Order: sequence, then C-alpha cells, then structure tokens
Amino acid sequence: MCGFPVGSASIMADLPIPRRPFSVKRVPGFTTLALVTYVVLYAPIIILIVFSFNEGTSLAIWERTSLKWYALAWKNDAVQEAAIRSLVIATIAASVATTIATMAALATTRKKPFRGMTGIYALINQPLMVPEIVTAVALLIFFAMIKVATGYTGIVFLIAAHTAFCTPFAYLPIRARLESMDLSLETAAADLYATPWRAFRRVTLPLLWPGVIAGLMLAFVISLDDVVITEFVKSAGQETLPTYMLGQLRRVVTPEVNAISTALLVAGVVLVTLFFLLNRRRV
Amino acid sequence: MTVIAAQDSPQNIARPAAEIAAEAERRDIRNRWLLSLPAIIVITTCAAGPLLIVLVYSFLTPGDYGNVKWIFSLDAWVNVVLQRDIFDDTLQWADAHLSIFWRSFKLSSMTTILTMIFGIPTAYFIATRTPKRRDLWLFLITIPFWTNLLVRTIAVMEMIRNEGVINNLLMWTGIIDRPIQMMFTDFAIAFGMTYVYLPLMVLPVYASIEKLDFRLVEAGYDLYASRWRCLRRVILPLVKPGIIAGSILVFIPSLGAYVTPRVLGGGKNLMFGNLIELQFGQGRNWPLGSALSITLMIFVMIALIYYVRVSGGERKHHG
Repeated sequence: MCGFPVGSASIMADLPIPRRPFSVKRVPGFTTLALVTYVVLYAPIIILIVFSFNEGTSLAIWERTSLKWYALAWKNDAVQEAAIRSLVIATIAASVATTIATMAALATTRKKPFRGMTGIYALINQPLMVPEIVTAVALLIFFAMIKVATGYTGIVFLIAAHTAFCTPFAYLPIRARLESMDLSLETAAADLYATPWRAFRRVTLPLLWPGVIAGLMLAFVISLDDVVITEFVKSAGQETLPTYMLGQLRRVVTPEVNAISTALLVAGVVLVTLFFLLNRRRV
Repeated sequence: MTVIAAQDSPQNIARPAAEIAAEAERRDIRNRWLLSLPAIIVITTCAAGPLLIVLVYSFLTPGDYGNVKWIFSLDAWVNVVLQRDIFDDTLQWADAHLSIFWRSFKLSSMTTILTMIFGIPTAYFIATRTPKRRDLWLFLITIPFWTNLLVRTIAVMEMIRNEGVINNLLMWTGIIDRPIQMMFTDFAIAFGMTYVYLPLMVLPVYASIEKLDFRLVEAGYDLYASRWRCLRRVILPLVKPGIIAGSILVFIPSLGAYVTPRVLGGGKNLMFGNLIELQFGQGRNWPLGSALSITLMIFVMIALIYYVRVSGGERKHHG
C-alpha cells in the first residue's frame, strides 16, 4: 500500500528494464480504488434495469425476457395518474422557475453591483442552504394555514413549492452563461438605435439560449425527482411518481417499481446528456 | 437637447450631465429590482418566509389532532433534549432523541469518511487522465448524481436486501447458507448515503486536483520522498480545500437525509429527518417538530460557518 521505500531505488537500478516508466502522477492503489468505485456506482443501476425486464419477481432466477412489468405499470391507473401529475408539475414549475431565474440573472450579473444585490443572490440560493426536510416542514405549516383559511387544496400548492426550489437550479447555469458573455454586443445594438427590448430579443437572448435551456432542463429534472417536499406538501390523493413509489416500498418491492424506476432513470440520463452537450458547445 | 444647451456656457455642462447620469442609473437600478422581483417573491413566500413560521410554531402548544394551539410554551424546546417523567414530573435526558442525534452524526461522519476513501482516488484518477478522456470519466460520475435519488436508493436496496443480489450470489456460491441481514441496519444507511452522495465529494476534489502543479510532486520525489510521503506531505495538503468542500457538501445533506434512511433503515433506525417527520405524522407534535427543524438548521449553519472560516483561512495562506 505504502509504495516502496527510497532504499529500493538501488535494487531497481540493477534491473535491466524497469517494469513501468516512472510517473510522478502515479499513486499506487488509486487507479484500482477508482475503478472499484465506478463498478460499485454502476452495478446496482445496471442490475435494476436488467431485472426490470425479467418476467419473474426474483433477482436470482432469470425466467424470461418480457415487458410484463412495463405493461402492468402502464395499465395501472394510479401510476398513469401520478406520472401525468409529475409531468404537469415539472413542466409548469420548470418553465416559471426558468423565466423568473432568467430575469433575476439579467438583473444581477455583468452590470455595476447595486445595494442589495448580494442579498438577492443569497435569497435565490437560500433553498440550497437549508436541508430539504426543513423547507418541507415549513411549507407544510404555511400551506396548512392557507388550506384551512381558504378551503382550497389543489395542485397549485405543489407547483408553487416546486417553482421555488427549482429557481436556484435554473438560476445558476443561466448566470454562469451570462457572465461569460460580453456587454459590448448589447452596447453596439444600442448604438445602432435598437430599443432595449429589441436588443434583448435579437442579441442577448440568442446568445443566452443554451444557458436558458440548460437551466430549464435542470429545473425539470430536479422537480421530477423531488420526494421530500412533495410528500409533505401534497394533499390527499395528490401522488407524484416518486411519492407513489415511496408508498409502494412500504409493502413488497414489485418489479413494477423497478420498471418505473428504469423509465425515470432513462428520462434523467437523456436530459443530463443533452445538458452536458449543450454546455460543452459553448466552448 | 441638453447637450446643445450645454454648449453655450461651459459652467452648465457639469450639472445636467451628472443629473442625467444619476437619473439613468437610478432608473437602471429600479429596473433591475423589478426584474428580480418575481424571483424574490416566489422564494420569499415558498421557501425563505415559511422558515420564520417554523420558528414561531416551535414556541406554541401542540393541538389535539396535529397543528397547534396559539398558547406560548417552551415545552417543545425543552423536549428536544429532555423529557418529563410521567410519574414524578422530573426532567430527564430524552434518550430516544439523543440516540437519534448521535446516530445522525455517526452515520453522516461515516458517510463523509467513506466518500473520501472512494472519492479522493476517483477524483485523482479522473484528473490524471488525458483531457479528452477526462470529460468522459467526469460525465460518468455526474450521470448518477442527476438521476432520481429515490431510484438510486431502490437500486441499493435491490443489492442488499435478503432476497437481493449480494445475498443470492453469496448463497449460490455456497459461502453462506442463510441470507445476511443488511437491510434495516446502520450499515445499510451509511452504505446507501455513500452511494448517493459520492459525486458531491468527487467533483470538488477533482476541481482541486486539476489545478495541482505536479512539478511540486516531482520536487518531492527529487528530494527522495517515497510515494506515500509525497501523497501525504505534498498532494493531500494541496488538495485539502477541495476535500473540505467535498466533506461539507456530503455531511450537510447526510445530516438532514430523509429518503435514504427511511427506505434502507426501516422504522427503527431513525435519523434526524425521520424524527422530524414523525412529529408531523403519528407524533402529532408540530411544535416539537418545528423545534427539531430549527435545531437541524442550526447544526447545518455551524457546519457552513466552519467551512467558510476554514476555506477563508486557506485562501489567506496561499497569499
């Protein structure tokens, strides 16, 4: 583990050919540990995916390749309803969060800082600083007050909560993109008598677009994944896909849950890959 | 117009021009506040603001069926660490709570150490690849991070449960004849959290190692340091800021973890997050749940302040 002591250098000198050229970057054991990490990281995911195509319920015996569990999940009304609810919430929350995050990012980057700007920055990032369970409890209490006062228990509460915690995730890539953009192009547009709105639409927005899309996708993924806040905020019967799965886990794990998991995994991986490609193109 | 007017008398140039500039700046700042306003409103009403209500609720009396009665009381805060004896009304340490706090700290620390053991070599491995390969290895670390946390926890569960992959494999090879109970243990929670939070360690450590000047390591070897000594005395001190950042990033969500301990720990091995949830569910003690939430937040703040101080000190060191 500790490598050879310095004394072994004399022994090495006697050998005709060194086994491996000396590299300052090599640390013994690190490569092995890293590869073990990758295997441990991916093995459970791959096994989950593979066994979701197994007709039996066992993780030991491979019965037959089939889409039985996917078909069951697809036909299950509760799953369908939860999936649609998840998508509706994620779409609305991510769109709203990205819009307000873009506006805030435009206001808090590049130009001269103003009094209170750091405050805005801190406030937007606040949901990232507080443990999710605490935000969840806070929203449970706050929304319970409104629910009692108004009698309304609809889906708007979930959308509002998701919008709030998605905003920092949308804000960060947009802000990063903006900071790498020069103000001189907008100044040039203004010099050529473009109105501020026109300059924004024809110059700023096209340049900012990859950041906005990246922010939108991150927000979407974050909303789709959320368990804790949704679990606390939802009213009776407002299951999303993750909370439905969590509820199912209380009983026996069925491969049906694995099938839903695989679908969610694939959706996530596709979005993240797109996000990565978008971010890479800017260089 | 003002420009033309100003040309007549040079004394007038300064005032209107300065006023126009000041006016323009004021308008610009007002516009920027207006642009930020929707985000400010959303986060204040649906994230930051409600935290204040939690603080208020922690000083109230629990209602009979959940929620609260608006009567001031310090009971919730007392109950965080103490409990009143049912018979003689004396105060005692609330062992149940203290053991949950202790488990949360223990498991979060274990998770942090485990992510270090696996994360630092992984980050080092990535940083020493050729730039082209680096992106791919890094991407492979980020993918699981952005996939559903619950799904990844379920994947771990499928590995370690009694009818899971590991036990099946061990029984098939004949090493054991009865499944090893791994689910619903502290080990399961620590392993699951390590699995889930590993990327949070790898990414900042990688950022540190990428900036590492390997000529310094070479100098170490030139001065007859062994591999181990170079690692311990040259590489690790230089990437320490990344390791500290990674530790904080892993420790904080571990402390407040809810999903992983709930799924892998079952009903008995509670952590901080599950204890809070219990007060809003079966416990029906919202003030106590609120007080516990604030306590958790204070712990997180302490960890963050510690981090800011340590990393600030580091920066000063390097000039």
